[in-house]
Amino acid sequence: MSESVFPQLEALLPHVQKPIQYVGGELNSTVKPWESCDVRWALMYPDAYEVGLPNQGVMILYEVLNEREGVLAERTYSVWPDLEALMREHGVPQFTVDAHRPVRAFDVFGLSFSTELGYTNMLTALDLAGIPLEAKDRTLDDPIVLAGGHAAFNPEPIADFIDCAVIGDGEQAVLEITEIIRAWKAEGRPGGREELLLRLARTGGVYVPGFYDVEYLPDGRIARVVPNRSGVPWRVSKHTVMDLDEWPYPKQPLVPLAETVHERMSVEIFRGCTRGCRFCQAGMITRPVRERSITGIGEMVDKGLKATGFEEVGLLSLSSADHTEIGDIAKGLADRYEDDKIGLSLPSTRVDAFNVDLANELTRNGRRSGLTFAPEGGSERMRKVINKMVSEEDLIRTVATAYGNGWRQVKLYFMCGLPTETDEDVLQIGDMAVNVIAKGREVSGSNDIRCTVSIGGFVPKPHTPFQWAPQLSAEETDARLAKLRDKIRGDKKYGRSIGFRYHDGKPGIVEGLLSRGDRRVGAVIRAVYESGGRFDGWREHFSYDQWMKCAEETLVPQGVDVAWYTTRERTYEEVLPWDHLDSGLDKDWLWEDWQDALDEVEVEDCRWTPCFDCGVCPQMDTTIQIGPTGKKLLPLTVVK
Amino acid sequence: MQRIRLRYTKRGRLRFTSHRDFQRAFERALRRSEVPMAYSAGFTPHPKVSYANAAPTGTGSEAEYLEIQLAEARDPARLRELLDASLPAGLDVVDAVEAHTSSFAERLEASVWEVRLDGVEPADAERAVAAFLAAGTVEVERRTKSGMRTFDARGAVCRLEVAAAPADRPGDGPCAILRLVVRHATPAVRPDDVLSGLRATADLAPPVPAAVTRLAQGPLDEETGTVTDPLAPDRDAATAASSTTAGAAMAPGRPS
Repeated sequence: MSESVFPQLEALLPHVQKPIQYVGGELNSTVKPWESCDVRWALMYPDAYEVGLPNQGVMILYEVLNEREGVLAERTYSVWPDLEALMREHGVPQFTVDAHRPVRAFDVFGLSFSTELGYTNMLTALDLAGIPLEAKDRTLDDPIVLAGGHAAFNPEPIADFIDCAVIGDGEQAVLEITEIIRAWKAEGRPGGREELLLRLARTGGVYVPGFYDVEYLPDGRIARVVPNRSGVPWRVSKHTVMDLDEWPYPKQPLVPLAETVHERMSVEIFRGCTRGCRFCQAGMITRPVRERSITGIGEMVDKGLKATGFEEVGLLSLSSADHTEIGDIAKGLADRYEDDKIGLSLPSTRVDAFNVDLANELTRNGRRSGLTFAPEGGSERMRKVINKMVSEEDLIRTVATAYGNGWRQVKLYFMCGLPTETDEDVLQIGDMAVNVIAKGREVSGSNDIRCTVSIGGFVPKPHTPFQWAPQLSAEETDARLAKLRDKIRGDKKYGRSIGFRYHDGKPGIVEGLLSRGDRRVGAVIRAVYESGGRFDGWREHFSYDQWMKCAEETLVPQGVDVAWYTTRERTYEEVLPWDHLDSGLDKDWLWEDWQDALDEVEVEDCRWTPCFDCGVCPQMDTTIQIGPTGKKLLPLTVVK
Repeated sequence: MQRIRLRYTKRGRLRFTSHRDFQRAFERALRRSEVPMAYSAGFTPHPKVSYANAAPTGTGSEAEYLEIQLAEARDPARLRELLDASLPAGLDVVDAVEAHTSSFAERLEASVWEVRLDGVEPADAERAVAAFLAAGTVEVERRTKSGMRTFDARGAVCRLEVAAAPADRPGDGPCAILRLVVRHATPAVRPDDVLSGLRATADLAPPVPAAVTRLAQGPLDEETGTVTDPLAPDRDAATAASSTTAGAAMAPGRPS
């Protein structure tokens, strides 16, 4: 069952949009002989190829697995509806792009969920693959369906569809799982799927939803979540990779022929963030901070550029300017690649960590695009609630420096619908934008100054202090944004210099339902998929009405509804659907931080103040790993 | 400044590479193989590459051409090897000569195409070809960016014949192979348009999409309908130049 389906697929490709995304053959991709391997992974990023291919997580695991003797990994992505229809008509199954093997032929079907909006795409892929949608219906002929990525920190809404989930860093976890599968297969697959899943669950690092029963209270809340097999732990731990320098992946980044959303070489300069922004799930679940060393970064950039030919390097992390040696890194790289027209970018920069020397290094080799900052909250009070400790003075000082140094455009990101927020808090975003323009005109002496305000609706996420918070309804979000829009457009002096971009509140409600949902939400996902729901992260495919209709039909008979999951505030006593998944964060600490938020009390960063007992380091036996190392990047010897 | 002309292919599954996709892949290959490219001036400098007459997405090709400008001279044969090794298999660089002549693009007067029609009896194809060739004009329609457009697909066709199917071809159903020489004109007549023409004149309707490959493009000998190597004048000039004491700088036709 591992024959290539390419001949059947090839006949369909002349009829679809952008066929190149389905043919594979990317530079640095790997095809290993099927028979030479005894553990085989199909890795999926459940979105279109153009979004999925640049995903670092999948790229890292693909390379880590393929480097291993006797193990192969191939990639698969969501196919667009035009190809899906043809595949169904002609009986072509979900395939990998590497060797075009049917996904069902693999041992593991691993899906990386950066967002919950990929859940319907998972069901499409399972169905196209010929794998039963529900775990309970699968046989030894089906792969183990495994979920990872940030959304897997609450996998309950997809509990019926996955066999297991892994939370945290995947590099070591996939290798441990591989060894367990290898041993089980070598023994002749004793005890079938049940036995394999038991062996995985008993490690304490793999969550098998089928081994836990969820009991509910009459009011709909969860009473408790109990293991139903012996030896299965009450709580499942997240995985944490220590010493990033030992894991310099991807070493050979994939270079697609098709155009994708990120056309650059990305190097993760650190993992984790302890700034403590209370809305930020990534910052909470990826603790502690672990820096890659300046020399490790230099080596990855050098090898990666040689392997890819990319002309831009992105220095990735949750807050890149916070690396202890970011100045030396930026200067060292700009020096090295000055003649090669290689651009550098820092995708996430905090206002208070920005300085113009750094910005000048980043733009030395040509490009000076706009600057982007994310104050997130419009008022000082709001920023205290969310613990994003950036003052308006900081922001104005920073933009003044930027405008004074030749930048003409600043982009500001905000959220609407944060806990305790009022109309007044959001309207202050308009004042901030006006102040930015006024300052820009003053220091540059020019009226040709732009500021773009970009706003999205806030969605409370599991494992954050806001996991108990009520989400703002779509109607209220839209009304508040409309007031801000009118205020900005109505400003005669500055309004025309301010761009206003916003997302309406509806997708956020569906994301909220899926983020904080429990197992009962699985019925909604299935109903949406069965009524044609696909690509929910894409405006042109997403249908709010369809989600609400399916939720009405499937949740109400279970005694709950969308509002119950989204706009309802939770209490301290409530058992949350993800409480048995251990991100290391102490639930009492999260609760205290939630109370501090309501009291507008800020918490500092443990990198430069004493520990605040969030719980992660003792719970996971980890520590902060930061520099400075004091080392510098030396020029590379040029071989002509 | 040295200019080098290259012939490259789009083979197998990489025939689905669009021209834009190829451009990005080629520019990255130039970086990986550290070719000393000349760059355009301006705020965002681009390596100087000119592409000629790319085949449509989904069409295979043995004969695509481009020209690059280098800041330092390199041996064309060595450069070809480097670039070929740096591009994915299927996008193969198969020929390289230093440019000694001008007006290269104008030498690409016509293309030779092979069109494989699986599921079509050669005899049916013969009849359709005869009907097509007998017609003075054959009106066909194609959807363009500005809507449906109607034009003549017959005038640009210099030759069209049914070739013998290779004995080793996969599958055992019937298969007809067309060989087609088309003059490059405006609007461009593509193999697809000729297939539309065969359908219009003789109701030829292949059950599966045709597999189309460009075999050659270059100067057209109108009398015989043959297409010759467009790089030959550069090769001749290079040979002539190296055999005179004056050297390449005095070679005829070399732009200053």
